[in-house]
Amino acid sequence: MFDIQTQLFEGKDIRFGPIDYEKDPEIESKWTHDSKFMRMYTLDPARPMSAALVKKQYEKLEKQIEEDKNSHYFAIRAKADDRLIGKAVVQWIEWTNGNAWIHLGIGSAEDRRKGYGWQALSMLIRFAFAELNLFRVSARIPEYNTAAIALFKKLGFVEEVRRRQALDRDGRRWDLVVFGLLNSDWRNQVGA
Amino acid sequence: MRNLFRGELVRLTSEEPDAFAKVEVRWQRDTEFHRLADSDPAEMSSEKKIKEWFEKRNEEVKPERYPFFIRTLDGDKLIGFLGLWMDLIHAEAWVGIGIGERDHWGKGYGTDAMKLCLQFAFTELNAHRVSLGVHEYNPRAARSYEKAGFRLEGRTRGDVMREGKRTDSLWMGILRDEWAQMQGSGL
Repeated sequence: MFDIQTQLFEGKDIRFGPIDYEKDPEIESKWTHDSKFMRMYTLDPARPMSAALVKKQYEKLEKQIEEDKNSHYFAIRAKADDRLIGKAVVQWIEWTNGNAWIHLGIGSAEDRRKGYGWQALSMLIRFAFAELNLFRVSARIPEYNTAAIALFKKLGFVEEVRRRQALDRDGRRWDLVVFGLLNSDWRNQVGA
Repeated sequence: MRNLFRGELVRLTSEEPDAFAKVEVRWQRDTEFHRLADSDPAEMSSEKKIKEWFEKRNEEVKPERYPFFIRTLDGDKLIGFLGLWMDLIHAEAWVGIGIGERDHWGKGYGTDAMKLCLQFAFTELNAHRVSLGVHEYNPRAARSYEKAGFRLEGRTRGDVMREGKRTDSLWMGILRDEWAQMQGSGL
C-alpha cells in the first residue's frame, strides 16, 4: 500500500547516522583546519576548531534542534566502517509554507568524487519530500563551488536567483547562486 | 495474585538510562520501525542526547504516566517500549507500544506485552477502558491489538501523509467488561 519499508537513512555506500560524541569531534576538527573545504562548505569565515570546541557546537546544535523543531541534522557515514565522512542538513524549515534549505558537505578530500555526495543529497531530498512532506527545498551555493553546482543540477535543482557579487573571497567578488527544487519536480523525476 | 509484570514471552520493566540510550540510538536508524510506530518525522539523536532526555524524564514520576519497557523472558533482551497514560478523572488509559528489535516482529512478543498492559490497566489502575491509535498501513499491529482484545471503534480520514499519499488513523478500544469476559472469570 505505502512504501514505508524503504530505509530512509541507508544508501548504497553511505548511511545517515546520529552524532557520535566519542569519535566525530576529532574528525570534524580536522575538516575545520582545511580552509579550502570550509570555503566550499560555508559562507561564514573559516575558523579552525578544536575537538572540544566542535563538541560544544554539537551540543548547541542538538539543543537547538530539540527546541526549535525546524531543522534536521545527519552525520554522513561510510557504510563499510561507520566512519564520519560528511554532514547533511535540512534547516530553516517553515512548516506553514512547506519550505526549507538544505546543505551538505563531504569533509575529507579522499572521500570526494566517489558518488557519496550524490547519494547523500538524494537521501536528503527524499527525506525532505517523502518524510517531512515539504513543498520545496532551496540551497545557496557560491559560484566558485562548481562541483556542488553540477551535483545539484544533476539532481534536478534549478537556478532561481543569482545574487550578483554577493561574496567577497580571496580578493575578488563572486555570485551566490540560489537553487530550488519542488516536491512535484522530484516526484516526476523519480516516478514516485 | 497475578504477576503484573511477567507474561508468557515478555516482562515489563523500567530501564537504566545507559541501556535505553544504547538500543534507542539503533532503533532510531530504522525508519520503517519509526513510521509504523509514529507520525512524527523520523529523527536521530546522539546517544548522549537520548540519555539526557531519558534522565530528565526520570525526574518526573507522575500518577498518570507508566513508561514501561519490554524484555524477553528468554535471554532477557530489551526489545521495545510500552507507554501507558491514564486519564485519571475518566479512568481511560491510552497505550502506545513499539518493538524496536525487528527480528522480534510477528512472533507474539508485542501481543504478550499488550496483554500485560491490559491486565495492569484493569486490575491495578482500575481503568474503565483502554484506547489506542494505529496507522491504517500497519495491519500487523492492528491484528495484534485485536488478539489482545481491542476492537475497531473508528477512523480519522487522511490525517497522516506518507510518501505523498494520505492515509487514515484507526482508533481501537477495549472496555473493562470485555476484558474480564476474555479472562473467563469475573474480576
